[in-house]
Amino acid sequence: MKRTMIDFWVGLFIALGIVALLFLALKVSSQSSLPASSSYTVTANFENIGGLKVRAPVKSAGVVVGRVAGISLDPQRYVASVTMKLDDRYRFSRDTSAEILTSGLLGEQYIGLEPGADDKMLKDGDRITITSSAIVLEQLISRFLFSKAEEGGTAHTEK
Amino acid sequence: MVVFDDVSFAYGEQPVLRDLSLRIDRGQVVAIMGGSGSGKTTLLKLIGGQLRAGSGRVLVDGDDVTVMNEAQLYGMRRKLGMLFQFGALFTDLSVYDNVAFPLRERGRLPESVVRDLVLMKLQAVGLRGAAQLMPAELSGGMARRVALARAIALDPAIMLYDEPFTGLDPISLGVTGQLIRELNDALGGASIVVTHDVAESLAIVDYVYFLADGAMVAQGTPDEVRNSTHPFVRQFINGEPDGPVPFHREAEPYAAALNLERP
Amino acid sequence: MTNPVSRALQRLGAPVTNTLIKLGFACRFLWSVLKASPFALHRFSLTMREIWFAGVLSVLIIVVSGLFVGMVLALQGYETLVRFGASSSLGVLVALSLVRELGPVIGALLFASRAGSAITAEIGLMKATEQLSAMEMMAVNPIARVVAPKFWGGVISMPLLAALFSAMGIFGGYLVGVQLLGLDAGSFWSQMQSAVDFRLDVINGVIKSVCFGIAVSLIAVFEGYDAPPTAEGVSGATTRTVVTSALVILGLDVLLTAFMFRGI
Repeated sequence: MKRTMIDFWVGLFIALGIVALLFLALKVSSQSSLPASSSYTVTANFENIGGLKVRAPVKSAGVVVGRVAGISLDPQRYVASVTMKLDDRYRFSRDTSAEILTSGLLGEQYIGLEPGADDKMLKDGDRITITSSAIVLEQLISRFLFSKAEEGGTAHTEK
Repeated sequence: MVVFDDVSFAYGEQPVLRDLSLRIDRGQVVAIMGGSGSGKTTLLKLIGGQLRAGSGRVLVDGDDVTVMNEAQLYGMRRKLGMLFQFGALFTDLSVYDNVAFPLRERGRLPESVVRDLVLMKLQAVGLRGAAQLMPAELSGGMARRVALARAIALDPAIMLYDEPFTGLDPISLGVTGQLIRELNDALGGASIVVTHDVAESLAIVDYVYFLADGAMVAQGTPDEVRNSTHPFVRQFINGEPDGPVPFHREAEPYAAALNLERP
Repeated sequence: MTNPVSRALQRLGAPVTNTLIKLGFACRFLWSVLKASPFALHRFSLTMREIWFAGVLSVLIIVVSGLFVGMVLALQGYETLVRFGASSSLGVLVALSLVRELGPVIGALLFASRAGSAITAEIGLMKATEQLSAMEMMAVNPIARVVAPKFWGGVISMPLLAALFSAMGIFGGYLVGVQLLGLDAGSFWSQMQSAVDFRLDVINGVIKSVCFGIAVSLIAVFEGYDAPPTAEGVSGATTRTVVTSALVILGLDVLLTAFMFRGI
């Protein structure tokens, strides 16, 4: 094997590898995490967060505007305290309401923000007061089973 | 140029060399003879610094190998050329590239000079026609000669030969012996030939050391050796099966081992 | 030291001490490889040749296995997802499994058996035929000239091979999901893209494959360099490379995964 041939194939190999990495970076994944510097933090209390996870998206009108940064239980009132990091570009009024929603029937859960009419905007560290909890998974499943049963009930759903 | 001064060496608990002293001067070809396992190859490795002596000094061109650090060792090895028992050619390189290897790695020479030198060295061992062959295509004797060409590529002052005569046909044997002598005279350095081939080495060397069980048992010029009455030397050069070096390894009595002695 | 209890304890302790001794040698060996690395990377054509051996020659097996693994993932995943009416998440399933786990892990396992064993065998044979010794006597450091380029060739090749594996697997998943099972190509890709995070999933996958590359390459060169210079010695070392690599890859994977994706 001549040097030039080795160089050629190695070059091709490295190029292929980089193309594969680019494919993974651009086509397969998205750069969704916000850089820490350009975000602000707000919190919200929910009675029940269902299956909400850290890093779940925060959306407004379907657009991702931030991520859930932390979830903890408020030990005094036994409600879930959710910390969100929101993109600095998006500002929300102080009477914005937050709701835990599910994308699709069994999809991931996310927080939906519905802006209000207040002139004052949420600042870093503020709390969203108007919240509504998640639809609990069990309810979803029973609804799912119910609808399936109505269709005539198949072996799948009886499990 | 090479001096051993009371050198001892052991692999772990197993002593290999014991209080060995010898000297090899410029222009000399010296043979180190001894049976298999007498520590001959270890001796070469001590010179090359691949093994470190347990005690004593090994002087190469006046410098003590036993106290050198790694960088100094690599510097010292530039004065050495070594021919390995089976050639140790780089199997993934052609004959030409094998001989060019030390020149390219150490010389920083322009490729045209490398080419001239490689062809000169191959010419010296009579294998210029084999330059483009791969080592796998060579016979044992040819591989040995290519390895020799590679070992002398940088004109080393001290040549070490590890069993250069083993496994060669009579013609290759004579050729190799002549090459060793001629190269030594041409390079004006010293050569150490580790061997157990008596006839061939007595024909070319200036001095012989006999090694048995890691200790020096006899020494002398080829003529002295031929006329020696030393029992070990006599046994060795005449190839007698039994003598100071016993045919049998120490064992319990044969009859006892076969359960022949009835109580 | 002859009563049964102490003998049993000795038998228990011997493998441990031997392993520790070997680990110590491996660490010192890694240090000498790293010390020799500037030379190897400076003369990049040496490393280039090793990328050829370790990387280019492994591309075929990586591409084909990646394609198959992706296809199987899609077939199996579809079966499960369709029961929950979530078959449009097939792309997510395939991509996440590949990018996070299967790409780096299976890629590294294949790499160890294809390239790692070859590296061990080559170094072991060079040692057995005194080529390394000869190099040393020519005042050329065999660790710089032979070992370090092989090490870096492996380290550079591994992440590229893993990325290739993942990409091919996702393509295989696409073939099965979209072309064979008739899922919608748009939702296949867009769901995948929204669920797979570049930093969390792709970059962590790459970090994994880099770690595996370092581990496998080190094991391969060390076993070769440490092999007894006989035929059995070299063949034993080659086997050990594959076995040890597999164990280390899977063990490291547990550790790395625990650190990276601890779904807090």
